[in-house]
Amino acid sequence: MVEIFGVEVSLEPIWLTLEVAAWTTTILLVIGTPLAWWMARMQSSSKIVLEALVALPLVLPPTVLGFYLLIILNPNGYVTEFLRFFGYEGQLTFTKQGLIVGSVFYSLPFAVQPLMHAFEAVPQKLLDAAATLRAGILDRFFSIVLPLSQRGFLVAATLTFAHTVGEFGVVLMLGGNVPGETRMVSIDIFDHVESLEYDQAHILSAMMLIFSLLVLMLVYGINRRFGVKVG
Amino acid sequence: MRKTFLAAVLAGTLGIFYSALVMAETATIAVAANFTKTIEKVGEQFSKETGHSVKFSFGPTGKLYAQIKNGAPFDAFFGADERRPLKTVEDGLGIKQSYFVYAQGQIALYSAQYPVKEQPLEVLKQAKFNHLAIANPRTAPYGERAQAFLKSKGLYDGVKKKLVNGESIAHAFQYVATGNAPIGFVALSQLVDPQSPVYQKGQYWIVPQQEYAPIKQGALILKRGENNAAVKAFMAFIKTPRALEIIHSYGYSTP
Amino acid sequence: MTTLRGNLRLKLGNFELNSGDFELPLQGVTVLFGRSGSGKSTLLRAISGLDKNTRGSLHFAGQVWQDGKKTLAPQRRHIGFVFQDAALFPHMTVRQNLLYALKRLPKGAAQPDFDDIVTRVGIADKLDRGVNFLSGGEKQRVAIARALLTSPQLLCMDEPLSALDWRAKAEMLTLIEEVLQAYKIPLLYITHAPAEVERLADRIVFMQQGGIERVETLQQALSRPDSPLFDDEGAVSVLEGESQEIEHGLRPLKMGNRTLWLSDISELHKSRVRVRVLARDVSLALSDPQHLSIINHLSARVLELIPEGQHRMLVRLQLEDGQKLFAEITEHSARRLEITPGLELFALIKSVALAE
Repeated sequence: MVEIFGVEVSLEPIWLTLEVAAWTTTILLVIGTPLAWWMARMQSSSKIVLEALVALPLVLPPTVLGFYLLIILNPNGYVTEFLRFFGYEGQLTFTKQGLIVGSVFYSLPFAVQPLMHAFEAVPQKLLDAAATLRAGILDRFFSIVLPLSQRGFLVAATLTFAHTVGEFGVVLMLGGNVPGETRMVSIDIFDHVESLEYDQAHILSAMMLIFSLLVLMLVYGINRRFGVKVG
Repeated sequence: MRKTFLAAVLAGTLGIFYSALVMAETATIAVAANFTKTIEKVGEQFSKETGHSVKFSFGPTGKLYAQIKNGAPFDAFFGADERRPLKTVEDGLGIKQSYFVYAQGQIALYSAQYPVKEQPLEVLKQAKFNHLAIANPRTAPYGERAQAFLKSKGLYDGVKKKLVNGESIAHAFQYVATGNAPIGFVALSQLVDPQSPVYQKGQYWIVPQQEYAPIKQGALILKRGENNAAVKAFMAFIKTPRALEIIHSYGYSTP
Repeated sequence: MTTLRGNLRLKLGNFELNSGDFELPLQGVTVLFGRSGSGKSTLLRAISGLDKNTRGSLHFAGQVWQDGKKTLAPQRRHIGFVFQDAALFPHMTVRQNLLYALKRLPKGAAQPDFDDIVTRVGIADKLDRGVNFLSGGEKQRVAIARALLTSPQLLCMDEPLSALDWRAKAEMLTLIEEVLQAYKIPLLYITHAPAEVERLADRIVFMQQGGIERVETLQQALSRPDSPLFDDEGAVSVLEGESQEIEHGLRPLKMGNRTLWLSDISELHKSRVRVRVLARDVSLALSDPQHLSIINHLSARVLELIPEGQHRMLVRLQLEDGQKLFAEITEHSARRLEITPGLELFALIKSVALAE
């Protein structure tokens, strides 16, 4: 508990939110990169199906997504069983890990789409050239695609992070509002409002607002700086 | 010949419309989402017996209240608590004299795994489960009552770490119904509904009414429905034994 | 002689490459020639292994590059590829682009002479420039240097001049000739410009509708009156000779015992040069005229007469050293001079240009 403008506010939800967002961003960059690369190079019409699947979290109401995740991730479900096979003993719902898994699903398009567009913008000619210069497929990716997609990575990372920080529905459905474990900032604000603790709600909201504004300015700044230079 | 036939048909049709206009009216009633099925059943019976028709608009109480405040065309308001219906009186939109408590929610302890029917307090005391689902005590009356009950029995500290909070009682029920929490405090109405996913599965214990302050659901007529015969008839009908029977069958008590 | 032999198929949307059997000597310059859409680039990509959907067979001097679905990755074919728009890596300097090739040389491979290549290609003073600050011609120079630094056993160039202005084109053609002379690497070269073919080609692969129509030497290709190499200027002949020191303000070109005089006295980087003669710039005379401003008179024998329509005749001639030359005359003149195959006469050449 800290006092801001004479109001007692618990910062725990903020730290938790940042932690979940950082993990989600890291995981999504790791799994989103090969996925986006694969999609960017796809020629067949199945690309449309995959694109639509990835974009689904944009259209589905988060509470719906959260409800399905609640069903999929339940302690007797396939996902948990699968993890048990690798020695996982906990439970995904009501835990931080579960929130991260949910956020990974929820924020998937925010990581994959900018990456995919960045990868698509890398001319095939350059990759062909690299191949004739004896660069293998991974070599080509790290020496050509990665440096030419820096902007895509920055945008993907910032958007994923910001989107996870602001997510509400999935966390609400999946988290169980457990202090220190799943009570993220957005939920905390909601509870403060519902229980008429407007002062706390205002302070937390203002912090979120400023944070989001900074992140968006960063994204647009990157877009502007790199937009002119590379190409 | 043909003309007289046509005239007869016309006269007959007009006659039917006319009698309907005189006899029956339509009421539009805003109802808290948790009471959806119950009131639909009551409405069906009501129409059958009186010839009036009622239309229901369902939603979370807070949202309905906001709609009413912003001029939504409702003739009566059935809330999930007492606070919001009474607030419409303050706002000059509800008719104070028509206010009454139409149902009381009942809390049940449900589990598919633990013998909560025979030894509810023992199960809570041993607390062998990972998670106990309740509605968020800060925002939902069912949660607040459940928490107060646990405290009064000296069980709260034992389960505190295992509590998972649903944002509403419906949400807490989802936690239990999907198997994510093995045990939870839910509404009795969620268990006795034949369409409930846990209907006749697992077991439950109804927390005795004297153990917690009643969860009253209040209703009143709104200014717009003041002179609507159908609304008046419906408000009267819902207090009849026939209607009360339906309400009780869905897991609610009445004062 | 080692060859590139195969039969390649590749489907790309509506387009289908079906080369048919081919066998190309791995020596000198082989030009892939055809209209756009004829499949030149697709064939070159298939040969380079750049499209993994390629099917068929391909053998490079005893190495198997393609066998049905099995394909050798492009990075293991040791090809130096120069793309139409250079395809330099935009996030690197010139030096970094060049080192990209050098760093990936297989262990134990012969190290190319970096300084020699860079100097020869003419980019030694531009090594630390960003790639985006180069002109079109400079970019192609870097691309050629980069390809050479892979120590390739085959060079491929896909219309490397098409994006350049005429001056840069001329410089690049000279550069390509020099490079080939210095490093003796076989070259597969795509173009749709007849002038480039006449300047560079040893043999030509004519492509049409996704297949190889025929493979001919330059002389064979130029001996056909309907050669695809002839555009609206009509039939063209290419003569080759050894250039000599300038005399009387003219450049003598030795062809066997005879000499052809060129008015173009620009500096030449090599002794063996090709000149281009339009058939309509060649007149025929039964005796060697003495009092005439035209200085190039070459004795020749008539091989055949080809009617062209519109009362015009194409006469195919053989010069003393065996080279072939087309002359275009009217039917009337042919009748008047009684020109028939086997007749010995003189070809008067009004204008000669260096092939470029």
